[in-house]
Amino acid sequence: MEDSKLLKSGEFLVSEISSDTMFIPEEFNEEQKMIAQTCKDFLEVEVYPNLEDVEKSDRELMKTLLKKSGELGLMGISIPEDLGGFGQSFITQMLVAETTGAGYSFSVAYMAHCGIGTLPIMYYGNSDQRQKYVTKLASGESIGAYCLTEPGAGSDANSGKSNAKLSEDGKHYILNGQKMWITNAGFADTLVVFAKIDNDRVLSAFIVETTYPGVVIGPDEHKMGIKGSSTAQIYFNDVKVPVENLLGKRGEGFRIALSILHMGRLKLGANVVGAAKKAITDSVTYANERKQFGTYISSFGAIKHKLAEQVIRTFAAEAAVYRASADIDALLAKLTADGGDYGRAATEAISHYAVEAAILKVAGSEMLDYVADEAVQIFGGMGYSAETMVDRGYRDSRINRIFEGTNEINRLLVVDTAMKRAMKGDFPLFAEAEKLWNSMEKAASPEKNGESYFEEKHRYIRNFKKAILLCIHGTNTTFGKTIVSEQETLNNIADMMMATYLSESLALRIEKMEIMKKDVSLYKDILDVNVHNAASTVRKAGLDAISSFCTTDTCTQLMKTIDELTKTSCINVKEARRRIADKLIADNCYKF
Amino acid sequence: MSPCFLPVQNKQVKETINKQVEPSIINSMKILVCISVVPDTTTKIKLTEGNASIDIAGIQWVINPWDELSLTRALELKDDASNGINSVTVIHVGTTVSEPVIRKALAIGADDAIRVDAEPVDAYFTAAQIAEVVKKENFDIILCGIESSDFNGSTVGGMIAEFLEIPSVSAVSDIRFVEGKPALVREIDGGRENITVSVPFAAIVQKGIAKEPKIAAMRGIMMARTKPIKLYQPSAVEPLTEVVMYEKPAPKAACKFVDADAPRQLITLLQNEAKII
Repeated sequence: MEDSKLLKSGEFLVSEISSDTMFIPEEFNEEQKMIAQTCKDFLEVEVYPNLEDVEKSDRELMKTLLKKSGELGLMGISIPEDLGGFGQSFITQMLVAETTGAGYSFSVAYMAHCGIGTLPIMYYGNSDQRQKYVTKLASGESIGAYCLTEPGAGSDANSGKSNAKLSEDGKHYILNGQKMWITNAGFADTLVVFAKIDNDRVLSAFIVETTYPGVVIGPDEHKMGIKGSSTAQIYFNDVKVPVENLLGKRGEGFRIALSILHMGRLKLGANVVGAAKKAITDSVTYANERKQFGTYISSFGAIKHKLAEQVIRTFAAEAAVYRASADIDALLAKLTADGGDYGRAATEAISHYAVEAAILKVAGSEMLDYVADEAVQIFGGMGYSAETMVDRGYRDSRINRIFEGTNEINRLLVVDTAMKRAMKGDFPLFAEAEKLWNSMEKAASPEKNGESYFEEKHRYIRNFKKAILLCIHGTNTTFGKTIVSEQETLNNIADMMMATYLSESLALRIEKMEIMKKDVSLYKDILDVNVHNAASTVRKAGLDAISSFCTTDTCTQLMKTIDELTKTSCINVKEARRRIADKLIADNCYKF
Repeated sequence: MSPCFLPVQNKQVKETINKQVEPSIINSMKILVCISVVPDTTTKIKLTEGNASIDIAGIQWVINPWDELSLTRALELKDDASNGINSVTVIHVGTTVSEPVIRKALAIGADDAIRVDAEPVDAYFTAAQIAEVVKKENFDIILCGIESSDFNGSTVGGMIAEFLEIPSVSAVSDIRFVEGKPALVREIDGGRENITVSVPFAAIVQKGIAKEPKIAAMRGIMMARTKPIKLYQPSAVEPLTEVVMYEKPAPKAACKFVDADAPRQLITLLQNEAKII
């Protein structure tokens, strides 16, 4: 991607890119496809046959599976070659996250190890710490876990009570505290633990080996889903942590925690796409086998609607995932061009795209919840019987809306981060919004003569963005500094931003596919239905938002403008969905 | 060189049993694995207009599952240094479309690859091309899958052996080295046949030769970038078959259920409808 085309985080609200500068999944190279195939083969051969036993909380079995993935090199995807990894691009890391996302509990254990368990040390560790710990984590010789949450500190992570005091001889920190919901706790060797030193206001981070005396691992929690993933409390009782195991600088813990969460959100966005594709394949396979009233249920319109919506939402989320990934790779290339430290540059690039990370996390997890829920519905009674993969997929899906920052926190972050970046001067959000506000009667972009299919779609999406700007302006000028208390309205705006980012990514993807001479007739059906759905999401959320700040003077015009900005041409979405479903039904698996 | 398809291979095998294999050969043995590139097993096959050929648009190509297992076993044999395997090479007759699949074989662990740049028109043509390469490159063990999941002809392996006038062993479910000699197991009706054979020979292998296909590791994928794929131009061989047209099988008729209390009805159906008794 050319530098000039690289948008800053959130800048999509006021700028457009052309499809030829956006990376799409259809551009994966031979090597990337081979890596994805290795992940699929691993799930087929090693994970799926063992899922039943893994779900019985067989810690040793999960540990064995993780080690085997390490032997294949899958734990070194994100790690540079000088630390024993394979130095893959962020796009490839996301492809691996997507593919392994179909691995149920294994996926959670694997991602926790490779992401939050390993990358804090990779990104913030000094050379000695990286050599000592990252090399072993990259090979799977040791398993990592990340200890941030405490009984009284969940979303408000900085309020944790864990404490570290320097020993009298100055050689150790004495760590005390209790951490909970720790993924991989049951078999982890290396922990990244967040605690405050003395009476510090902010957190610091420490590398703690589970063999240190005083580290006590609790029993596994009984959970609704991801039952195979070991989740437990960890207690630290006067644990002597060598001073050289302080990660980053004193007081840098909260920054480390946040940047790792951004990374986790992006990877979660990819994970759920893989899980959704698996659930769709399970859905259609069953719908093609199950007969009622003398015919396969896949022939019924109501089932086709579900199958098509599963595909549309997954395909759109996937477009957004790789768009954001390529942006991160492009920024990372810029940051490392002068030979800067890769770890620090990677965390800077990832943290920069915080708006997109939160969008992928929330939109992705809610997409998967829809897909997994409809998979159970398509299976009917069998889906509820706990004997099928869709039952497991449904239960496993639910956590995605909770971990890596709840969707409530992330919705606020979508809007708040974009506004903060704009205030910093990254892009002219407020000026554009004000300009629009002052001419809202003619806000909607007019239809151009001889407009092409894609020009029409981009016009709609441009209008969605204008609706967002109006809502941001109205909320910001009405509530000022108390805007943070207006969570409901910020949630409305977040919904508008998510729908728009996904629609735009989808439109650009399909436009580029056409440039690549692919047959996109069916994909235009996907885009048609997606834009139709997005228009009603933007309209509904927009109307909700303006109702919270409009006055009797502005209300009528604002409502009229939102209507104008979310108007799209009439298409037969029923027939479009049927055509999408028919391809899925003919393929008998997700092949889009 | 004989193009005949007569089952002469067992006779040749018996003649070679118990012959001592030269230690010098054992220490530098080269295995050739023949790779067929086939549509992914979930592919819905479509035909082009007029049913003249298969519509390959959108097909994802993979290594034929039997060949993938052959490759896996070849690599297992090479991993045990005491077997004295020097190299594992894969060979494929096909166009550039197959290169990604050949690259995958290299990622799985093959040392190098050979591609004969020609459409694999039929089994005779394919076997002849491979045999011509073997004559130049001298392999000791040639492994072929017992069939390919596209056309399931099950003839290439035997033909290669005939062209090269070397022994071939069919339906091989195990290959190992016992006291330095290749020891093969054949699945036969009602049991198994244990055979030792001297090199060079061709083994036509079936599932069971390896437990699961070897998964390409990251290291292998990275190394595959630099492994050589040697290109051979095809030899002048006329195919023996001509495809007139393709036809999809008729859809299966609905299954009829016969009540357990009505055996006469079953007999009537088998006689008059199925016409099998």
